[in-house]
Amino acid sequence: MNRTKFKWNIWYTSAVVMLLFYLLFLIYPLGAIFQEAVYVRGEFSLAHFTRFFSHSYFLGALSNSFQVSAVVTLYSVALGTFLAYLFTTFKFKGKKYLQILLIIASMSAPFIGAYSWILLLGRNGAITNVLTNIFGFPPFNIYGFFGITFVMTLQLFPLIFLFVNGAFRNIDKSVLEASENLGCVGIKKFFQVLLPLLTPTILAGALLVFMRTFSDFGTPMLIGEGFRTFPVLIFTQFVGEVMVNQGFAAALSVIAVVIALVVFLIQKIVAFKFAFSMSSLNPIQPKEVKGIGKVLIYVFVYSSVFIAILPQVYVAYTSFRNTRGMVFHPGYSLGSYIEAFNRMGNAITNTISLSFYATVLIVIVSVFVSYLTVRRRNFLSSTIDTFSMIPFIVPGTVLGIALISAFNTGVFGSGWFRITGTALIMVISLALRSLPYTIRSSVAALQQMSVSVEEAAESLGSSRLNTFFKITIPMMASGIISGAILSWITILGELSTSILLYNVRTRTMTVAIYVEVLRGNFGIAAALATILNVLTIVLLFAFMKVSKTKTVSI
Amino acid sequence: MSKIIIKNAVKRYGDLTIIPDLSVTIPEGSLFTLLGPSGCGKTTLLRMIAGFNTIEGGDFYFGETRINELEPSKRDIGMVFQNYAIFPHLSVGQNVEFGLKQRKLPKDDIKSRTTEYLKLINMEEYRDRKPDKLSGGQQQRVALARALVINPKVLLMDEPLSNLDAKLRVEMRQAIRDIQRKVGITTVYVTHDQEEAMAISDLIAVMNNGVILQIGQPKELYHRPATEFVAVFIGKTNILPGKLVKKDGGTWIKFDFGHEIPMDGFDNIAEQDIRVSIRPEEFVRCENGIKATIVDSLYLGLNTEYIMELGSGVKVQVIEESSFVETLQIGDVVDLEIKRQKINVFDKDGSVNLLGVN
Repeated sequence: MNRTKFKWNIWYTSAVVMLLFYLLFLIYPLGAIFQEAVYVRGEFSLAHFTRFFSHSYFLGALSNSFQVSAVVTLYSVALGTFLAYLFTTFKFKGKKYLQILLIIASMSAPFIGAYSWILLLGRNGAITNVLTNIFGFPPFNIYGFFGITFVMTLQLFPLIFLFVNGAFRNIDKSVLEASENLGCVGIKKFFQVLLPLLTPTILAGALLVFMRTFSDFGTPMLIGEGFRTFPVLIFTQFVGEVMVNQGFAAALSVIAVVIALVVFLIQKIVAFKFAFSMSSLNPIQPKEVKGIGKVLIYVFVYSSVFIAILPQVYVAYTSFRNTRGMVFHPGYSLGSYIEAFNRMGNAITNTISLSFYATVLIVIVSVFVSYLTVRRRNFLSSTIDTFSMIPFIVPGTVLGIALISAFNTGVFGSGWFRITGTALIMVISLALRSLPYTIRSSVAALQQMSVSVEEAAESLGSSRLNTFFKITIPMMASGIISGAILSWITILGELSTSILLYNVRTRTMTVAIYVEVLRGNFGIAAALATILNVLTIVLLFAFMKVSKTKTVSI
Repeated sequence: MSKIIIKNAVKRYGDLTIIPDLSVTIPEGSLFTLLGPSGCGKTTLLRMIAGFNTIEGGDFYFGETRINELEPSKRDIGMVFQNYAIFPHLSVGQNVEFGLKQRKLPKDDIKSRTTEYLKLINMEEYRDRKPDKLSGGQQQRVALARALVINPKVLLMDEPLSNLDAKLRVEMRQAIRDIQRKVGITTVYVTHDQEEAMAISDLIAVMNNGVILQIGQPKELYHRPATEFVAVFIGKTNILPGKLVKKDGGTWIKFDFGHEIPMDGFDNIAEQDIRVSIRPEEFVRCENGIKATIVDSLYLGLNTEYIMELGSGVKVQVIEESSFVETLQIGDVVDLEIKRQKINVFDKDGSVNLLGVN
């Protein structure tokens, strides 16, 4: 009897701890901004909301965000799917490397891409100068709507590519042979057979792209130049220099969460309609192409990958140039790096230590949450599971504001647990935002694992706790580790929450890069961005080694 | 090693009762098979013995010890699973050692016993291999060694062969039988394959809907099935409805298709509607008997199976030893008689064997 009680305790305790974690750091903060949004000077009021809906200035930002997100999603899906189609159907050289480059492109922080494109195509950009001065192009610029959609599409189409490429591998070639056998070939085959099979994956990818674009803060801040998007509006209302209105910012955050939720639910409902399961014994074999087709494929594939990776390469290049402020001088040196270490050294160490602690926290939470949701499914564990996915759709800016509102004056204003401005709140916010990756990956690993393996251990005299540590965790290990690395990479590129929560002692590299770009210290920004990219790439290779794949799925 | 006693076991999932009231005693050292169609509750019962399913009622004993409240890890069982459940991150040797380590045995003991059992299953040279390099049959042998090496009181096997291909299945069941005899351990074996059950078991319990219909040696089940369900489930049989009638001072079976045969041993049984089970080999050809038309024939090597029509549209299976010079053609009419001493007669529900069982 004693033993029964003990096992009940350990799982029950861990479930309660996890629940408290999410209640304190996610549900309570979100509740806090909700409260702030509907209370004006201590009284219930919808004034913030009426203000928002009655000013075209505010509504404009919302409509801008929708337009940008819709266009980026459309372009990314078209480009990513087409590229995945070429990769699956045709033989060409360098596939493996191109794929790795695409993964790198998709994993880096979007605002670094934006910054790099400004250097290339901005008013005084390298390419702009060549085109206007030498080829006599009329002056043009990439700021505003075009710039944001351009940068975000290049940033996000690789994600769609990775998703769809994975889905293609699940299609058995006999399905296509059957379609040809029944007289459905060529373009008809693509639209009537392939596309429907890919639809669930494309929908999932499209949701991710839409939400990322919708909630991205750094890119429109840098390249938007007056083109206001919703997260920018929220940010400026919360910390802006002119007209700070935190209650209004809270109301905007609530609107953002509602929109995210609606989009998420629509996607779920639509995806459910298209849902089916596939398993492939014989994946589609790529075939040889000849002549003009071959040339076109090479040109398209290589140029799209090249353009996707160009910002990272160009940032790395400029980091070695002599720089003063925003101006590049002739000659190369490590000056930018020296300056970066001197002035922003703590940002580098902060990024490494904060992201490390956040990842440790993520691993611990993920192990318990995934075990509870897969092996001890009940109301409590399903609730925790649902909570854990919320940060996936809540924009980072909103989460940042929520955490500040919740802990600025302690929990419920009691002065207890005033963690705003500490490293702890950074670690927790970073962990919250990236937890879904590791949880999903651990859950998948655990679901593949038959319960009977754990039962076998128990039948051999191993206690439940011993089985958990000696059998379950080792078997989940590769799922946990690969998920944790993905989470880590996401943390490295995180800006929208950190930009609200950091202070001088806890600033991270992304924050430092962003701030230095705004200040016009391009050299330091480039050096830091390059270091960040190298860290990301190192982690990516670690991920590929652990998960034994050449691809990333989310 | 100990016998297993189950008294009035009850298993419920919510409102759904899987096992209403089941009692059985499994003799010490025997290989006892739970046989039945899928969903009959056999695996549920096994998992109740193992401790992986909760027990809603009744008492479970290993020998004198009541085990209802014991954790699986304290029940001293060895278990072999359908999907092998080999620890994929441990080598073959480490898999076998796992249970011994839990018992905190001295290192030398662990090593020597592991070697002994790896030899028993002929896998000693695979000691350092990882399981993913092994075939299904090899993995299942490792699982068997892993379960036996801890010298458990009982061995539980949950459809251990159903993931193997047909030929390997026959090989492995012989191996399991040999090892079980050598070790002499009380074994509960679950399968839905009646042929496998017949080949391997000392005793078989035929289950359906959470109820044990009959427990017996394989030959008892085959020759004297307790119910029509058992007769149909074990081997092949023809069920022909008829009537038991008293005539000329004796008892006769009057088949609905219009044939009558006198029966011995039924004198104390009243006239009633009956269902008669006649196995395909219990029809034999004769000079002048039931007229049967051959509808189809299946050549199976050793035997040939015929589908024959007895007069008024009643079709039966008849089996005969094959011969190279096949003389019977579809459409031919032959004469059949029934081996009366072998057939089984059930009441009109098929739930009672009128001759009694043991």
